[in-house]
Amino acid sequence: MKGRIIKAGIAKAEALVSPEPVGFFGYVDPDTGIVIEKGHPLYGISIAGKILIFPTGKGSTVGSYTLYRLKKNNKAPAGIIVAKSEPIIAVGAIISSIPMLDQIDISQFKTGDIVQICHDEVEIFCERA
Amino acid sequence: MHLSKEEKEILEGAQGIAKQKAMEILVALGNIYEAENLIPVTSVQVSGVSYKNLGDAGLEFLQDWAESGGRIQVPTTLNPAGMDLDQWRELGFPENFAQKQLQVISCFRNFTIPPLCSCTPYLAGNLPLFGQHLAWAESSAVSFANSVLGARSNREGGPSALASAIIGKTANYGLHLERNRKAQYLINVKCPLLNEADYGALGYLTGKRVGAGIPYFRGISVHPGLDYLKALGAAMAASGAVALYHIENVTPEAKMYNMLLDTHETIEIHNLAEGYESLNSSITDIDMVSLGCPHASWEEICQIASFLEGKKVKTRLWITTASTIASLARRCGLEKKIQDAGAFLVSDTCMIVAPIQDLGIRSLATNSAKAACYAPSHCGVHVRYGNLTQCLNAAIEGRFHS
Repeated sequence: MKGRIIKAGIAKAEALVSPEPVGFFGYVDPDTGIVIEKGHPLYGISIAGKILIFPTGKGSTVGSYTLYRLKKNNKAPAGIIVAKSEPIIAVGAIISSIPMLDQIDISQFKTGDIVQICHDEVEIFCERA
Repeated sequence: MHLSKEEKEILEGAQGIAKQKAMEILVALGNIYEAENLIPVTSVQVSGVSYKNLGDAGLEFLQDWAESGGRIQVPTTLNPAGMDLDQWRELGFPENFAQKQLQVISCFRNFTIPPLCSCTPYLAGNLPLFGQHLAWAESSAVSFANSVLGARSNREGGPSALASAIIGKTANYGLHLERNRKAQYLINVKCPLLNEADYGALGYLTGKRVGAGIPYFRGISVHPGLDYLKALGAAMAASGAVALYHIENVTPEAKMYNMLLDTHETIEIHNLAEGYESLNSSITDIDMVSLGCPHASWEEICQIASFLEGKKVKTRLWITTASTIASLARRCGLEKKIQDAGAFLVSDTCMIVAPIQDLGIRSLATNSAKAACYAPSHCGVHVRYGNLTQCLNAAIEGRFHS
């Protein structure tokens, strides 16, 4: 599959799929990478080192900086795939050098799939058993 | 998006990491919003200045970008910081907060941005002209620049505004394009507007209804003047995400062109009671009165100083403004009148981005609909909203009267 590059790069990791939008400021703990937004489908789960896949971003513009802090703490996602980009996550991925693509049909991914991002190409490398 | 040869080279890193990162941000936003190209901006206003909002994440990001060689290309000013950069000790700001805030300001100095921290840059030395393209971030300032001055800016975030300052350009989409500046909403104002609080209440109600849309006001027959327009725009940018409004026979584009789309929705405003109700809690005892959101103009400071002459306040009273205007007030003896009444003329910051909970504040009176909108969630305080006279009386008596 091909997407549109928001931040170019290469990453291969386990997929973590959220059916709902993801926000970072106040919603993800910058020190642990764990989602702390009550009621969110990913509540209590760490996004660290995952290919994080979700429809679109939400929340305060400070979220770009939260993503940067996660990266500095080695708790950032390895890569980000979204159906539709918005500026907060896009800017966050760029300033944090996290490979990111948009304009991809995210219904093809399941949590636990091994997913590879190579610039604008995405491959589901080996599907979850 | 079409990029020039030089822009492509910057994107590939030919002019260093700092510019490459800035160009990546502008190009990504341009792609998301389907911009055709980048256009030069005449000035930038950067948000994300208060340490309260930035936290260590933002501070680290700014330090790293400045160290990698980030320097501005066009005149740039800053949004309010989390404290008065000179009088923070006298105002009771905690030392550890102050040190972090000073580090943020020092980062911006490394970008060669002067520490003019104001949400009214247009009153303080960063004045856009009609038709100029800007990359401004402070929502009320964006509204004023677009609507009252006829300049053109989208609502930028902190990093994207800084990226524009480093490149001197922004992506050409949204309100930079003539075709996107017409109003989708006609607001028929059927009630009198007597003071800044009425304009704020109108703005609050309108922002709730139109969200990120563009309203066109009809029925405001007398020119409201700078201070009331500042209040109106700030309120709409807080309760909604209004970056541009028009007032028939008042704002420049509405005077020159037909700025109302043929297919518009009409909203009638018969009274402001619902706005006042939403912005007011039921408390009467007041700890603090905040005036100057957006930052007080020279005229507002003159009015306040004249009211306070010979009186004493019971509550904490802050009048927030830009440092350039505060220094003029000092020179003219207005600051002394304010201080003699026990109040403070505070520069560089505002209620919302200052850590006022740490100062022990629990209840607030303000004449700013924007502050009344944000203070309960951002600062954990109960709010009373009213006009300047009501707020000044609350400061003198320690109680707010409806």
